[in-house]
Parts: sequence; structure tokens; C-alpha cells
Amino acid sequence: MSDPPLVPRPEALVRAVRVGKRFGETEVLRDVDLSVQPGEVLAIIGPSGSGKTTLLRCIAHLEHPTSGHVEIAGERVGAVLDRGHLRPMSDREIARLRQGIGMVFQRFNLFPHLTAIENVMLGPVQVLRRHRSEAEPLARELLRKVGLAHKADSYPERLSGGQQQRVAIARSLAMQPRLMLFDEATSALDPELIGEVLAVMRDLARDGMTMLVVTHEMGFAEDVADRVVFMDHGRVVEEGPPRELFRAPSHARTQAFLRAVIDRQAMAEAP
Amino acid sequence: MSGWGRIWDALPLLLSGAMTTIEITAGGFLIAVALGLLAGALLGARSRAVRAAARVYTDVFRAVPVLTQLFILYFGLVEVGVRLEPLQAAILGFGINGGAYLAEVFRAGLLSVHHGQTEAAQMLGMTRLAVLRIVVLPQAMRIVLPSLANYAIGLLKDSTLASAVAAPELMFLARKLVDRTFLGPQIYFSVAVIYLAMSLPLARLSRLAEARAGRGRR
Ligand SMILES: Nc1ncnc2c1ncn2[C@@H]1O[C@H](COP(=O)(O)OP(=O)(O)OP(=O)(O)O)[C@@H](O)[C@H]1O
Ligand SMILES: [Mg+2]
Repeated sequence: MSDPPLVPRPEALVRAVRVGKRFGETEVLRDVDLSVQPGEVLAIIGPSGSGKTTLLRCIAHLEHPTSGHVEIAGERVGAVLDRGHLRPMSDREIARLRQGIGMVFQRFNLFPHLTAIENVMLGPVQVLRRHRSEAEPLARELLRKVGLAHKADSYPERLSGGQQQRVAIARSLAMQPRLMLFDEATSALDPELIGEVLAVMRDLARDGMTMLVVTHEMGFAEDVADRVVFMDHGRVVEEGPPRELFRAPSHARTQAFLRAVIDRQAMAEAP
Repeated sequence: MSGWGRIWDALPLLLSGAMTTIEITAGGFLIAVALGLLAGALLGARSRAVRAAARVYTDVFRAVPVLTQLFILYFGLVEVGVRLEPLQAAILGFGINGGAYLAEVFRAGLLSVHHGQTEAAQMLGMTRLAVLRIVVLPQAMRIVLPSLANYAIGLLKDSTLASAVAAPELMFLARKLVDRTFLGPQIYFSVAVIYLAMSLPLARLSRLAEARAGRGRR
């Protein structure tokens, strides 16, 4: 199969074009089409195993689609046009592409041997070759923005999960990315710590950051997302503005999923 | 009793032997660490051929006694026109042999670092080499350092094997002295003290290094 003629849509920052991914026999993504405009906040919801993480990882080139492709700002992820032929990106080209993409992981993945501020400074100093005297004020400012100025010199193990995740967000922002990917950023947190991380993400959305947010927090998706995508069995089943999708989902699968989530939340909130 | 007094005459020679021992240990250690790190990283390479090559290196050089390897380097290479000094042969031999051992140590250390660390670093825009150098290796050192320290102390003692290729290290010179002076007990006792004086600081250094590598962890 060959790609259809490229329709120029320069306004999309992220575009997934019929992305398919299989692990051996398992088909995890099937012809996923998706586009995200600059400044847009897209929430991706769906049952466990529906391929949400894999889709984010394909966008970050941590996973390589087995069919279709992803474009970021018109640039093809993982391949470059070289004298009329597509060739795989070099290690260096991939690294440069990823500089523009922040990723926040479910398990934070802070560097345990570095303090909070060293975590935030690492990218600017090592990758952007900023001088420490220039990187440090920026890192401090970012820590202040996520409410952790007073924890600058703490090692990750001394921080709560919510604090670690906020440092992780600051660490991504230090690279001044044009796109932020969140993969269930609050799923590993105790319930009382979820709010502080969501607040930071809300601020970021208000500042106009382009965000792809995989989440089980339906309230957050409804409030903050411009658009919600529901995935199931590796497909995008339906997408739309949160109000429409949550209030009047048009597919039976979406309805069933949302009902299950609401039941679960009601159970959790019951005394 | 008079023998102990004459030890002072032997001391300059023994100390020059100790210097050579240090040279062999330090040189061998540096080469072993470099080769061990390289082979340890390549044992996890994506290319099957590269992995196989690293595996052949580690398996072969661990299977053959280091003394045999020293003989091959010193006597065997002459056959193909390469003539090494005893000291060069010793440093190279211990380095290559040690690298094969340390490869597994580095491999285990690199594997002990969670893959999420690599991905987080990659997402900051680091190349694979930068990820290894800046994020993975410093954390792997926690696992690797105790083994490196043990290896260094072991190497200090194994360096006596270099006397077999006539490298003028401590034991080699001590034996020559004993042959000449018949002061066996005095000289060997002094040699033991000198080895102790070299390995104790090494042990202390390794504890300091471990404490440093453990920063941020209880
Ligand atoms: N590296 C892998 N090798 C094999 N199978 C994988 C791999 N990664 C993911 N999968 C499979 O792909 C499917 C989709 O996984 P994915 O993590 O993308 O789902 P998800 O929607 O993020 O689920 P969750 O809500 O539980 O995080 C699952 O069935 C999973 O077992
Ligand atoms: Mg997931």
C-alpha cells in the first residue's frame, strides 16, 4: 500500500497517518489517523490495552510503526527525505527531533543520582550546551512554576510521587518543547497527590502548550481538553469536543466505557 | 638479627619493584576498564554480529589462563614480528584478560539501570552515547564499583605473574635479591608489608568511590 498524495495541512503540529503497529502477532494499532493543531490539548482515553501508550510512543519514536507514519510540524518522524529517497533517521537526527518533544511518564523516571534542579538542568546543559549559570536560573524558575522551588536540592527519593512528577514536567519544559506528551501522568500517584500534578498540567494548557494527554481522569479531560479521542482495540473509535463525547457518545463502545468509568468512580467515592 | 639491618640496603630495589607493580596494576586496570566497558556495552548491542564478537572476546579470554596469555604476548608475538617489552606485555596481557572479566560486570551494571531512565534521557534529546555516558553509566557504577575495586586489588596481587615474563616487578626483584643475599625471611616479610601498604589505600579509595556513587540513594 502506498500513502495517498500528501494533502498540505501545515497547520497540524502532529499528524498520525494510518499508523499501524504490531508486536509479533498482536496488532496493537490499526490505521490510526490523528492530528493535533498547535496549542491544542488532546485527551486520549480508552480501556487498558487499547494502544494509547503505544500511540504516544510512536509519536516520540520510542516505538516504530509497522505501517503508516507520524509527522511533527510536517517532518516525518524517524525518516528523512534524502536525494529523493526516504532513509531512516540517524541517531543524531532522532535526538534532535526529540528535543522538541517533552514526554512525561507514568513512573516519572527522574534521574535518581541527581537533585531536582540538576534533573531540570541536565537537558539544557548537556544537550543544548547552555552554560550552568544560564541554565540554573531557568531551572529555578521552572521549579517555582511547578511549586517546588524549595525542593531544588532534594534527591528524587526524598520527594513524594506528586513532587517527582512535577519535577519531571519541569525537566521536560526546560528543553522548551513545542509538544508535550503525557502518558497517564497521575496513574501511579496516591489519590491525594493527583490534584497537584493536574493543576500543573492545567496551567500548561492555559499557557498554550500543545499537549497529548493519555488519561483516566475524565474530569480533567472534560475541563481541559479541546478534543477527546476514544480508542479501543488499537483504533480511534470516536473523537470530538469533550462535552459532546462525554454527554452524547455516538458509539456503543464509548458509551460502555464511559459508563464503566463512571461506575468505578462512584464506587471509589462511596463511603 | 643482623639480617634485618641489611634490609635497608635492599629497600631501594624493592621500592623500584613496587613502582613497576603499580605501573602494571594501573596500566592493566585502565585497559581492562576501557575494554570491559566497551565489551559490556557491545554485549547488549542491537546487531547480532556485534554481540557475537563481544561474546567471543569475553569467553576466549576468560577461558585461557592469564599466565598463558602473558606468554603468548611476550614469546608468541615474536613469531609474527611483534616484540614487546616485558612491562608492555604484562600491562597489555592483564588489560585484555581483565577486560573480558569486567565486560560481564559492566553488562550487569548497565542492565541494572531501569529502561525508563534511558527513555527519559532520550526524550531530552540525547544521543545513545550521551544517554550511556550521562545517565546510565553513573547509575551503573553503583553496581560496578565494588567489583572494580575488588578487581584492582586482585590485579595488584596477580601482577606477580608478570615475573614469568621477566617484568621487573616487586616479587621478581625480591626473588633475585634473595638468591643473592639469602635473606629470604627478611625480604619476603618486607615485600608483604609493601603489598599491604599498596592495597590498603586502594581499599579505602574504593569505599570513598562507592559512597560517592551512592549519592541520592540510601
Ligand atoms: N513491547 C511490547 N511487546 C509486546 N506487546 C506489547 C508491547 N507493548 C505493548 N504491548 C501490547 O500492546 C497492547 C497495547 O498496549 P498499550 O500499552 O499501548 O495500551 P494502553 O492503552 O496504554 O493500556 P493501559 O491503559 O493499560 O496503559 C497491549 O495488549 C500490550 O500488551
Ligand atoms: Mg498505557
